[in-house]
Amino acid sequence: MNERRIKILLGKPGLDGHDQGAKVVARAMMDAGFEVIYTGLRQTPEQIARIALEEDVEVFSLSSMAGSHIPFCRKLKPLLEEAGLTDKLWVIGGNLPAQDHDALRALGFKGIFPSGSKLDAICDYIRKEVP
Amino acid sequence: MKPVINESGIEVKPLYTAADVEASGGMDMVGEPGAYPFTRGIHREMYRKQPWTMRQYAGFGNPADTNARFKYLIANGQTGLNVAFDLPTQIGLDSDDPLAEGEIGRVGMSIDTLRDFEIAFDGIDLKKITVSLTINGAAAILIAMYLAMAEKRGYDIKELRGTAQNDILKEFIGRGTWIFPVEPSIRLVGDTIEYCAKEAPKYTPVSVCGYHIRESGATPAQEMAYAFCIAKAYADDAIRRGLPVDEFAGRLSYNFNIFGNIFEQVCKFRAGRSLWAKIMKEQYGAEKPGSMWLRMIAAGGGGGLTFEQPEVNIMRGAYYALISALSGTQTMALCSYDEAYTIPTEYSARISLRTMQLLIAEMGLTETVDPLAGSFYVETMTNEMRKKMEEIMAEVDAQGGIVRMVAEGTIQAKVSSQAYGMQRKIESGEFPKVGVNCYKNEQEEDHAVEFHPYNEDDARVQIESLKRIRAERDNKAVDAALARLRTDAAAGTNVMPALMAAVKAYASVGEMTKELVNVFGRYQEPIRF
Repeated sequence: MNERRIKILLGKPGLDGHDQGAKVVARAMMDAGFEVIYTGLRQTPEQIARIALEEDVEVFSLSSMAGSHIPFCRKLKPLLEEAGLTDKLWVIGGNLPAQDHDALRALGFKGIFPSGSKLDAICDYIRKEVP
Repeated sequence: MKPVINESGIEVKPLYTAADVEASGGMDMVGEPGAYPFTRGIHREMYRKQPWTMRQYAGFGNPADTNARFKYLIANGQTGLNVAFDLPTQIGLDSDDPLAEGEIGRVGMSIDTLRDFEIAFDGIDLKKITVSLTINGAAAILIAMYLAMAEKRGYDIKELRGTAQNDILKEFIGRGTWIFPVEPSIRLVGDTIEYCAKEAPKYTPVSVCGYHIRESGATPAQEMAYAFCIAKAYADDAIRRGLPVDEFAGRLSYNFNIFGNIFEQVCKFRAGRSLWAKIMKEQYGAEKPGSMWLRMIAAGGGGGLTFEQPEVNIMRGAYYALISALSGTQTMALCSYDEAYTIPTEYSARISLRTMQLLIAEMGLTETVDPLAGSFYVETMTNEMRKKMEEIMAEVDAQGGIVRMVAEGTIQAKVSSQAYGMQRKIESGEFPKVGVNCYKNEQEEDHAVEFHPYNEDDARVQIESLKRIRAERDNKAVDAALARLRTDAAAGTNVMPALMAAVKAYASVGEMTKELVNVFGRYQEPIRF
């Protein structure tokens, strides 16, 4: 048994306090055998980029419920690029209207999981995308 | 036959008889409406005298945008206001704070100074329309701002009614708009209770929220039991200050959630009413009936609504409103059908309002008090829910009390683990949810939801307005008021008089919060799973 554990950062960006979903997803990821670094609430783009770099995660994920995902990710993208994290898998979930998905993809998020996504679908996707 | 266990963990039998009522404790706790222990309602005539207040949650953009929505809701028959603030306001940041970027006016209206409150409530009769402020971390500041605004408009604050949510302990469990550490946060709640008891005795400074604890994963019985533990923590603080219980308990109120099984919810409220009365009478020695009343808003909760087939949420809302009416609430509100996606449109907010009005105009829900009383099932379940809540409260006491459990994060870990369990049950189909795991549309059609537009320009306008106020106000008076706030906060003196002076000098929410943070520090969230 030398199966490598996938290491994931799960961040709560901005001022949004709705963390029920993030905590539920974190538990699902842990049950799926991933190592999860959950940031807690109110992280700035700088804080999130720094934790991702320091923790050397393979997956970088955010949970956003209060609508500020686009301006936040606009600030975050250059910081992640600067930190050399472009080769990581970027995933975002939460209250993400379909009309924003193209913009999120353009900002580097490959996995987009709007509310209503299934826990197993999120975990299966990560397992498939992380070699 | 497969056993049925409700969410609170109580077995539901296929048939109830008089013997079940007897075995569960009989009818001793039922009583008469308007009399102890108030199981059937806090008033004798309930809705015959006055129907419930209808108070939809609303607010977005700049104060002027919100003022227009308020007037729209009032024109459509809404009888109270429930104010939504944006996140910077909720956590004590000014609009020009770098952390506020992208969040100004997004999930509620943006407030920096008293000027914004003057605009938001312009033209609204504060005697006729009672206002509830959904504010917690920054509640002491915004209560001061509301009282100052009313005073400036010529209202006598001794007679002013209204409510602030101001329940910080539940913010640590769910919702997350905390600012200061746990202990000073409770002290600030105490300052508002003490100040209002003396200066604004008809104002309700606290609305203890089981609502958000339920949204975070608590069962209906836990929702109410934890809320009572939290209310007791605030009451204990007030008593330690030397306030007699009958001078403040009558101005405590509650905010509860409705989704799930109809009878479990109705019995939750009937049981909770008598349990709270018993706690206030027996544990706190309250004598005035008002001190024993469980005054509440019972609101159709977002936790029950679904992204899938959003139009079905209209029907869910109708059942939630029915439950709320059967439960003997004072105030009602409903999450709108599009609220899982966005801020409600005028159209969806009006549907919610009409849903509640239907019950009054057509369905006869205001005609007789507590119509489900005497049902073998309802009375048995009411007794069993009360017992369950008492057990949960005893468990909290055994684990060191709610304040300690919140500070250590044990309550947070418990409800979030339950939320995970429930999500798994929904995804496996064990817990049926229409449109999600059963009765799904063969082909998911485009949802008929119109997104609330976010106006990027609102932020610029709000910041310019704040800068103008900073330039025009008497900055010496502001500095003096902030210095007094700092001194009073450090000395343990009630900060409300200093906050009243500061808001009247047009100090900003961010400036006042900074002074308090310098004295109290900031909360560090315990991350526990």
